[in-house]
Amino acid sequence: MTVGINGDEYAVVAQDLRKSFGNTQALDGVSLKIRSGTLLGLLGPNGAGKTTTVRILTTLMQPDSGSATVAGVDVLGDPGKVRSLIGLTGQYSAVDQVLTGRENLIMFGQLYRLPTSLAKRRADDLLDRFDLTDAATRVVSTYSGGMRRRLDLAASLLVAPPVLFLDEPTTGLDPRSRNGMWEVIEGLIEDGTTVLLTTQYLEEADRLADNIIVVDHGRVIAEGTANQLKTQIGGERLAITVPHGTDFALVEQTLRQIVGAGAEEEGGVQIDVDSGQVTVPFPDGAKALPEAIRQIDAAGIVLSDIALRRPSLDDVFLTLTGRSAEEVGNETGEKAA
Amino acid sequence: MSSKAFSVPKAELITIDRPGLRGVVFDSLILAKRSLMRVPRQPEWLFGATVQPIMFLLLFRYIFGGALIIAGGSQVNYIIVGVIVQGVVFGSFSTSIGLATDVKEGLVDRFRSLPMSRISVLLGRILADMALNIFVTTFTFAIALLIGFRPNGNIGEWLLSIGMILLLSFALAWIGAFIGLALKSIEAVNTIGFVWVFPVTFASTTFTEAATMPGWLQPWVKHQPFSLAVNSVRGWLTGYPNVGNDGWIAAAWLVLVCLIFAPLAVWAYEKRAAH
Repeated sequence: MTVGINGDEYAVVAQDLRKSFGNTQALDGVSLKIRSGTLLGLLGPNGAGKTTTVRILTTLMQPDSGSATVAGVDVLGDPGKVRSLIGLTGQYSAVDQVLTGRENLIMFGQLYRLPTSLAKRRADDLLDRFDLTDAATRVVSTYSGGMRRRLDLAASLLVAPPVLFLDEPTTGLDPRSRNGMWEVIEGLIEDGTTVLLTTQYLEEADRLADNIIVVDHGRVIAEGTANQLKTQIGGERLAITVPHGTDFALVEQTLRQIVGAGAEEEGGVQIDVDSGQVTVPFPDGAKALPEAIRQIDAAGIVLSDIALRRPSLDDVFLTLTGRSAEEVGNETGEKAA
Repeated sequence: MSSKAFSVPKAELITIDRPGLRGVVFDSLILAKRSLMRVPRQPEWLFGATVQPIMFLLLFRYIFGGALIIAGGSQVNYIIVGVIVQGVVFGSFSTSIGLATDVKEGLVDRFRSLPMSRISVLLGRILADMALNIFVTTFTFAIALLIGFRPNGNIGEWLLSIGMILLLSFALAWIGAFIGLALKSIEAVNTIGFVWVFPVTFASTTFTEAATMPGWLQPWVKHQPFSLAVNSVRGWLTGYPNVGNDGWIAAAWLVLVCLIFAPLAVWAYEKRAAH
């Protein structure tokens, strides 16, 4: 049996997936398509249904209703075949801590049904590619967090599966390791792999995703490219930074006067007391900027910085879900939902 | 990253089909090997597993031993067989902990996403734990001989005893597997995963005869499968008490335990999420 893409336009198709746990409707009709060789970013607050979607598509869980195909194979009809065509990297580094990096990869290669000699060679290839050759004979418990994630990703690439599922692959990594993972993922896309990526980091989705789907309460609430989503939620943002000790109530009041009714839409006035940054939707853009500065000045507010910017994915997320990605990331107690 | 050439081109990554039983055996052996590889790397684990039965051996031989009255046969022989067989029950605890750890670390999710035989994750673990059990039991036997254990069974009786101990180890490992997968956390396994062991090993003829216990307890003590298993091993190896049909009845019970708990453990494995 050879493993490869069978030439379908879409490598992953999910139709109206529904799943409930007790009284909680984890998925309430999720549909998605991933074009072969592209990366789909799946965004949403904790409990929105991201992980449940991944678990269903990777055959770990069965939906109550709905259907899905991965690499052209029916997930419910032939889960065994699907498993030979996918790689999964979950939120945990699912590798054996007591084995060495090389032993882990050889074992998973054998379990993927590669002949042992091939599993060994493939393990060495992947260790080399992920800069783990020097650590190959050390037990994994001595690895750094970034090394473990790289090994975990390598373990899902043993048969070069055409479809890869990455469930929050960089959560908890330091910025340097995260950057390293992004380069690896970009390399996989270049090689033609189709990827479904869930993430809490909107910067990650912005950089990697060809398409983005935002889910909340088990439903798809928006989809498109990062640019389309940013355009969809409206125009520019006015971002001002004020020094410590500024009266934020006054700042908010002044900005509301400047922007008018628009300030209530698209997330409204966003204040970050720690950094002193205040953001507000600013639909009229640059031509209204001088007047805004005059009014801020007239109110006696001192500015450290002022800028107009396009909406970020954070703004998109906030507008669509009513919560910032940061708040969402700080919530605890996420279930497998 | 993609510029580096692979020694195995993508097109050569050809997998082998191992349908049915061949896949089960192959995958189980790989995972049993994986479990056993931790033994030399975590010597403290093996140390703990061997010291425990030896402590029980010394405890019951020299401290409680004098207080336990055995109607017939050698008192030392009686108790030592109990301690040895009890060690097999404690061994099932490592199956619970091992599987609960695999769940916690996300390994069970990874195994479930691979095109491998599903029961092998359980079977591989159980085979490895049985191998360790054999090692620990053999070691305990050797110490027991040093402190006065005098078995006198013939070859047939020795083989029957080894068979009974292996069957016991296998059956109880399925209970251990079910507990390790059904409970929510390693902490839960640590605290309540062991509770069932006490009525089974202590309310039994492991250390004393049923006749010394209260009347209401005696029917359970006499007929529960663990007592029957201990008694038959005891009878085969030391000549007291008479085995009679106890061996067959114990074996039947243990097969029944496998038939109940193996499907339960597989069910718990299928249901299990990573957290």
